[in-house]
Amino acid sequence: MKRRIFLKGSLAAGTLAVAAGAGMLTPTRVLASAWPKAAFESETEAEALQAFFGTSEVEQSDQVSIKAPLQAENGAVVPIKVMTSLEDVEGIAICAIKNPRPYTTSLRVSGGGGGLYSTRIKMGQTSPVNCYVKAGGKLYMASQEIKVTVGGCGG
Amino acid sequence: MASTKMKIKKSKGGGYEVMVLAKHPMETGLRKDKKTGEKIPEHFIENMEFAVNGEVVAQANLGTGVSKNPLIGVGIPNAKSGDMVTVSWVDNKGESDSAEKAVK
Repeated sequence: MKRRIFLKGSLAAGTLAVAAGAGMLTPTRVLASAWPKAAFESETEAEALQAFFGTSEVEQSDQVSIKAPLQAENGAVVPIKVMTSLEDVEGIAICAIKNPRPYTTSLRVSGGGGGLYSTRIKMGQTSPVNCYVKAGGKLYMASQEIKVTVGGCGG
Repeated sequence: MASTKMKIKKSKGGGYEVMVLAKHPMETGLRKDKKTGEKIPEHFIENMEFAVNGEVVAQANLGTGVSKNPLIGVGIPNAKSGDMVTVSWVDNKGESDSAEKAVK
């Protein structure tokens, strides 16, 4: 796994342009960039943000909206949808801050992508879920507390 | 095992939204096998790439915190009717799958 080793160092470039594969529809293209291992293995949110976005300076924004249940019946499947009206979106990240690894998932956006990311995550316990959007070089966030009655991490 | 389904729908804010359902166990590495008591090793999708007409528009990074059989939605505001959307994923064991569909 060469791309893992490659990743260890810097991860400053959030959006990497892809030169290869233009015009071809083959799914076996070179990946746009490697999996952000450092961010996923961070134990704190600030570390993860630094690793993924290259900054941990955050600003609250009402242009970032979260669609998620207030109470999740099953912590193993919590639907989260992040939407933003911000321009020039570069990346979106979702952190369930009380999970063993807070950094849950992220999306890198290159030209032509949009400000929408939805997924289903696992949550061990009731926790605020922070959603980050990097747009125009700045980091914005919104947060929502989700109550979990049955945890979804571990067995 | 691998089976990936894709759906493209019109998004409220204009443009389109791609929904992908990938069949995958997404093991965290924390769960134990009930019979043997041994830990089940991590097995999860790492990257999922979205391309419109062959050009990558978004790449989702997934981890063990994403639910089993991930359902991922991504906005593609600039796509138009007839565009070919391709999605492909790779997991931490090197398994992969892809799907493609044209925008209606």
